[in-house]
Order: sequence, then structure tokens, then C-alpha cells
Amino acid sequence: MNILEINDLRIGFTIHGFARDVVKGVDFRIPAGKTVALVGESGSGKSVISQAIMGLLPRAGAVTGGSILFRDPQTADAVTDIATLPAEGKEIRDLRGGRIGMIFQEPMSSLSPVHTIGNQIEEALQLHRPMPKPQARELIEAMLKRVGFKDPTRAYDFYAFELSGGLRQRAMLAMALICQPALLIADEPTTALDVTIQAQVLDLMRDLQAEMGMAILLITHDLGVVANMADEVVVIYHGEIMESGPAEDIFRRPQHPYLKALLKASPHFDMQEGERLVALREARPRAPAAPRPPPQRRDQRAPLLAVRNVHKTYTTHSSRFFGKGTTSTVTAVNDVSFDIERGECLGLVGESGCGKTTLSKLIMRALTPDSGEIRFDDGKDCVDLLSLQGEALRRFRPKLQMIFQDPVSSLSPRMTVMNLLREPLVIHERGDGTEQKARVKALMDDVGLDQRFLSRYPHSFSGGQRQRIGIARALALDPELIICDEPVSALDVSVQAQILNLLKDLQAERGLTFLFISHNLAVVNYMADRIAVMANGRIVELAPRHTLFTAPVHPYTKALLKSVPFADLDRKLDFKLAAPGGASDTRHWPASFKPDAQGEPLAHLDLGAGHLVLAKPGADVRELA
Amino acid sequence: MLLKYIFKRILVMIPTLFVTSVLIFTVINLPEGDYFETMVAEMQAQGEKADMSRVEFLKKEYGFDKPPAERYLWWVTGLLRGDMGYSFEYQLPVRDVVGDRLLLTMIVSFFTIIFTWIVAFPIGIYSATHQYSWGDYGLTFIGMLGLAIPHFLLALIFLYFANIWFGTSIGGLVDPQYLNQPMSWAKFKSVLEHLWIPVIIIGAGGTAGMIRKLRANLLDELQKQYYVTARAKGLPPGKALRKYPLRMALNFFISDIGDILPSIVSGAEIVAIVLSLQTTGPLLIRALQSQDMYLAGSFLMFLSFLTVIGVLISDIALAILDPRIRLQGTATK
Repeated sequence: MNILEINDLRIGFTIHGFARDVVKGVDFRIPAGKTVALVGESGSGKSVISQAIMGLLPRAGAVTGGSILFRDPQTADAVTDIATLPAEGKEIRDLRGGRIGMIFQEPMSSLSPVHTIGNQIEEALQLHRPMPKPQARELIEAMLKRVGFKDPTRAYDFYAFELSGGLRQRAMLAMALICQPALLIADEPTTALDVTIQAQVLDLMRDLQAEMGMAILLITHDLGVVANMADEVVVIYHGEIMESGPAEDIFRRPQHPYLKALLKASPHFDMQEGERLVALREARPRAPAAPRPPPQRRDQRAPLLAVRNVHKTYTTHSSRFFGKGTTSTVTAVNDVSFDIERGECLGLVGESGCGKTTLSKLIMRALTPDSGEIRFDDGKDCVDLLSLQGEALRRFRPKLQMIFQDPVSSLSPRMTVMNLLREPLVIHERGDGTEQKARVKALMDDVGLDQRFLSRYPHSFSGGQRQRIGIARALALDPELIICDEPVSALDVSVQAQILNLLKDLQAERGLTFLFISHNLAVVNYMADRIAVMANGRIVELAPRHTLFTAPVHPYTKALLKSVPFADLDRKLDFKLAAPGGASDTRHWPASFKPDAQGEPLAHLDLGAGHLVLAKPGADVRELA
Repeated sequence: MLLKYIFKRILVMIPTLFVTSVLIFTVINLPEGDYFETMVAEMQAQGEKADMSRVEFLKKEYGFDKPPAERYLWWVTGLLRGDMGYSFEYQLPVRDVVGDRLLLTMIVSFFTIIFTWIVAFPIGIYSATHQYSWGDYGLTFIGMLGLAIPHFLLALIFLYFANIWFGTSIGGLVDPQYLNQPMSWAKFKSVLEHLWIPVIIIGAGGTAGMIRKLRANLLDELQKQYYVTARAKGLPPGKALRKYPLRMALNFFISDIGDILPSIVSGAEIVAIVLSLQTTGPLLIRALQSQDMYLAGSFLMFLSFLTVIGVLISDIALAILDPRIRLQGTATK
């Protein structure tokens, strides 16, 4: 039996008087108790379809044709056409929350910051299943316990901002499922979460589905998640369905060129040495960038950047406003040492909060470490980065540039592309006006953008194009080292492939050195020569790329690798492996890796061939591996 | 614990008020001369002869022969003892001059604020939930008219028509026969009869401003994901609106309390002059013009004091209402 049947659904938006179809005749169905994945890039119309099912289309949008038939298993014969229900009528409101639950991508912004978790869940419960307060509280606490809150009685009175990302999404799940809906719509439910937390939340969704027997409509762009969760897959592109069918068919025998291209565009672990990602839409062809003249080098062997024993602590005043101010200290970066060789790409991976962004800020001199040493050797002279002050620091800055994660907020909306790219040249007084303009034009060619775009403002570009502008800006001063902080995590798979290829090409052509920070292991695998894994402020493992992926030693690295969902039906995730507190929860690490107060301090053991792992000095980690 | 916080905040108020008092004293003393010189000049201009010996006596009496720093100290220590000084113009202690008018001012301002809220709230919510509809445009237009037309002009128009249509006497807050009479039922009725004109006029500008602020804040909140979540739970739109976005949009409103307290007391000066209201506004303007140092200075200090108290009240209210302020710690780099 099908819970939901969507027939020839058309949704149009009217913006500034122009009507535009964003969903153009879509058909699919959701069988009872099964998971259907709706896959597509941003702008493909997948979220709009979910809004139409909930009757929550934005004011500018409307269903212009077709039907959305909902058949409630509780009253099996009655079929409701959601598309024909009045937008704010009683019928659709009874379905929402009562029979169809929904969870969203950003669990922080989806929960009200000024109401407690319990209050918000109870509201949903009382709306659809009114009951006395004590009984409701009991039910909610049982639900909170079910979704993984250790102390549901206390959790009831928590506010969303007091919870971690994973717990927030669990609270959202509790809220969506408290009325035992027949259908759960999950719109990118794990995109904002770390891989290990993602594995846990997905696991929870599957368990709850088995218990409650609801159907799930999973909206995502991550084919790895799809392969692990979906019974049926619907691939949507520009408001039209490209391909749909059982997961088995979709992954083993993809028919449509779009789906094939999508599978090829996402980086995965089985890529051959030197294999290139195939971008979905080829970007403008670009001529190779001119190689830089090799500077006269004193000593070629010295590493470009040497970081030694760097510490950074933050002091937090966790005063409860009216209460006594208690000061707690968080060690964000703890005794970190590594080298970056000239011309290599060093990957830095770790979950959110592990200190990788703090580390990049320390290297950029945006923050000052408590102790430690950072040396930069460009072949001519070797400078101690942390001792630079004033003019010397300003003169050094061009050698170290950064590419940021969010291409929207990292470009000033009030400057044209010309001004954005010229600004570094102006600040560092490189050449006169004509030379600067010529340089900017050359940069546009280097990153594959049309020179005619120079007078435009950032808002008229797509996400991928904006990230190209960000890359061009980082290149403007001809830096030695570029820190890329999650440069593709805000981009779609197809665009991601283009940007990664561009970075690789630029590196080869201009002999650049990268520090590449990402939480996405597949991306780091594609880009990096060596990879450093960071947990709780320390580098726990550092190894050449191939070694790290084939023979990881540290339990944290292993857990991370095991939590990555593959877009492959034969290698499904082992959901139960993930530790409850995430992979960085040291309690689940074997004794040889566990830091403890009394025992000897942990040290980096050399396993040969540049493979370092953080463990107890005497431990035989080979054996443990 | 709340007490400790309040105590800390009160400690912070002391330097704030000190700096304000220095500023006020300096600015009032900046122009050439003092009250007595202005008075003598005015009298001479009118062809009268000033009693120079008396002027000299008064100058000495009030320390105008002493250096400014000494006079400042004398004024401030007076304020600390609750002595607001002496008004030369009215030849009365400042406390008595202001006191009489304070009650009327507060009545006018209180009703103005209530009027502003009653009008602005529904309109603001309506225009936000019906953005770009005819209703939104129409109400916005009326609000803008209220903001754009100078208050004194509006005041004159209202006075004229109120007199023609309802026979309300021109100017003042009571009919002339009740002036200087103790408060009685008839006088109170007369006050109410006159009150609506200043209330609407003074409220017009504030209402328009508040409608715009509420609309903008609410529009922001309506875009937020948690409002979609609330509707996805099946909440009826009105209930969802009241519980989530409106609650969040109220924050700005609470922080506004800090501005409301002093405005209750100061009254709208220009409108009060045009309508010849016996409120504190015209008093302050006249005192500043004639350099009636203690009247102007002490009254301004009183206003600053109320501002600081208002900010304190709104901060405490915000902390009580918003758990993020109450529970979240602040991190230092």
C-alpha cells in the first residue's frame, strides 16, 4: 500500500510578476513503512516538493497541477488530496504534525531558542492528541529517552542552545514523531552534522522506523546516505524526475546520464592515483596559469611551514547571568606539531570542535598561541611567524593566504569583483592602477571566469563562481601557502568537483602549497598528499594519504573512516560501531591511546614512512592495529 | 543572585552619571555670559534700568564669581543631597518649578504611550503578515504621513477643528476656569476632553516608527526556520505567530523601555509649546534659552538618571524573558 502518491505534480512560483515552474510534472510514490530518497542538487525542486506535501509552500508558490494523494493507514479507505486542501484549513493542519512529521537540516534554527525542548514537543502532542499534563510529560520523557537523551527528565527543561548539534536533531526527531505519524519527511537531516553523529542519527531513524512502521521521505544530495538508507530512490533535476526505482536498480544499473554523472562527480575512497573527478557540467575551459619563476632557494629541503608544540586555550565565562561567574578553560589546540613540505597538500581532518579552525587562525596570526613556535621558510629566509610585529608582519602576510568556507559571507556584497580582487594588491602596494587591473584580469582567466564579470557584484554569481572569486583573491598576491578552510563544504556535488579540480590544477601549474581543512574524508582523500587527523585539540594520527586510508591505527581515525557512508550497496555502514559520545569520546578508546592524568603522557610514535600516531610511549600500537 | 547583578549594574551607573553631569554643566556654560547678563541685556533692550547692585548680590549669592569647577562641585553635591538648586527665572526652588508640571506631563505621556502601543501593535502585525498587500501599503502610507507631517502643524490643525466641531477651548490641558483649582471630577473630565489632542499628535510619529520597527522585526522572524517548524506541527497560524515570531520580535520592544522613561517626563517640547500645555517640555526649552543654569542642568540630570534606570529595567526584563541571555556564557579570546 502506498502512503503517498504524487501524480503529475506541478508547482509554480511567481516572482516580480513572472510565473516560473519549478516542479514540472513529477510522479512518485511512498510505500508504507519504506524509505524513499529524493535526490538532487540545490535548486532542483526537492525541498519545494516536501513543502507542498506539508502544505507549507511559500506565499509566492502554488500547486498548479496534479495531485498529492495521502492514504492514512489508520483509515485505510479514505484518500486525501493534499494539493486541493485549503492552505491553512483544519484538514491540512490535522495532517501536519499529526500524521506527517518533518525534520529539517539546521536543528538549531528549527527549534525556538526561547522555549524549552519539552514545551515545544508537548505543544505538538497536545495539538493532535490532547491529554492531561502529567500523562503528556510521561509520554514525552519516554520519547526523549527513546531518541537517546540520557536523562529525559532534565532534558525536558533544556533549551536548544544548551544541546549539541546531534542532540538537537534528536530532539527534533522526538518532536516530529511524538504523535506517531504515518510519514516522516526528513529534509537533509544530517547534512549539518559530523560523520559519526550522522551515522548515529541515521541509525536512530532506521530503528524508529522499524518500531513505529512509518514511511520516510528522505531528501538529500548525499548519495552515500541514500545507499545506506533508501529502499527506493527518486532522482530529480530541474524539477523533473530523471530516474526512479528501487535502490538496487539505481545504484547497480544507473540508466540516465545525469545519475551516472552524479555518481562520478562525488569523490570516493576507491579513486585511482591521479584519477580526476568528472564535473557534472564542465566549467569554462581555461588556459593553464603561468608558472611562477622559481625563487632562488638557499635550501630546498627545509619544510615550508614548521609548527612546533603549539598550545592555545580559551577561557570561557560560563556565568549563568544572575549566578556566580565560573571560569572554565578549554584547550582548543594542545601540543600540535607538524611540517608542510613545499608543494604538497596537507589535509587536516576532524570533527567540529576539534580545533582545526583555531589552528588555521593561529597560523594566519589571527589568534596568538599561548606557547609554541611556527617557522616559515620560503627558501630565502626563515622567519619566526610568532615574533613578527607591525610592518614586518604586514610585509609577510602576502605569503600566506586563505580560502574560506562560505562563499557568500566571505565576499563583501558592496564591492565589484574588480574591487574585491584589486584590494589585496592595493593594500600591499603592488604596481600602479594599470598593472593592478591587468593582474586582476589574468587572475580571472586563471580561475576560469569571464573578464566581463569584473564590474558585477557578488550577488549575481552562483555559489561555485563565488568560490572561484575567493580563490582568485587568495591567489592575487602570489602566496607560498594557501589555507583552504572547508572550501567546498557549502557547495553542491557537481560544483564541488569543479572547484576541487581547479584547486588541483592551480597547485600543479603554480607550485602552490595547501593546508586543506575539511571534515569530509573523501574530499581530503582526493586532494591531500599527507593527512593529519585532529581530535580534542591534538593531532592523533599523521600519515601519507594512502597509508591513512588503508592502515589506520588510531581508534579515532578508524571510527571516522567507518562512519563515512559509501555510495555503494555492497559496503553499507555498520551503524552500531559509532560510540555514543561521537568518535572523539576518549572513554571508548583502547587504553594505549587514552590520555590519563597519572600515567605517562602520550607521545607521537613513529611507525615508519612518515606515519605518526599519538599513543602511550611504550605501547605496541602495531599489535593494536 | 539577581540582587548581585542589579548591584553591579548600579555601580556601573555612577561613572556614567558623573560623565553626563560634566557634559551637561560644560554645554550649558559654553555660551558667553550667564543668566544675569542675559537678563540685564534683555531689560536694557526693553528700555528698563536694571538694579545692578541686586544683580551683583545675586551673582555672589549663587557663586557666579567663583571659577566653573567650584560651581560644578557645588551643584553636584547639591544634587546628591536632593537639592536641585534654585531657578532664577521663576525665583523658586527647581523642585517646586518642575514638580507642578511633572504630574501633567506624566499623564500626557502615559496616555501617549498606551495609544502608541494600541495602534502600532495590531497594525505592525498586520503589515508583517500581509506584506506588500493593499492593507500593508495603505497603513504604511498613513503611518508615514504621521511621521512626515511636522508635529506643530498637526497640532494647529487639530486645535482648529477640535474648537469648531467640539467646542474645545484653544490650548492648555484644561478649560481656563479650572486653572489653579484643586483636582475635582469636573476638572478631570475637562482634562480628558483636552488630552486626546496631544496624545494623538505626539503619538503619531512614535506610532509610525513603532509600526515600521515591529513590521521589520516580525518579517525577519517570520522567515526563520522555527516558525516553519511550528506550522509543520500543525499549529494554527495565529497561535504559531503569537507563540514564536511575536515573542522574539518583542525583544526590541523591551529594550525600548530604556527610552520610554525619560520621554514620559520630558514630554514633546515643540508640540507642548504650540498647544500651550503646562508640561515640562516648554519649561526646559525656556530654561536653556535663558541660561537658567540650575533649572536646566538639574532637569537634564533628572532625565539622564531616568534613562539609566530605564536601561537597567529593560536589561533585567530581557534577562528574565530570554533564556539565551540568562543562561549562555560569554567566551573571551
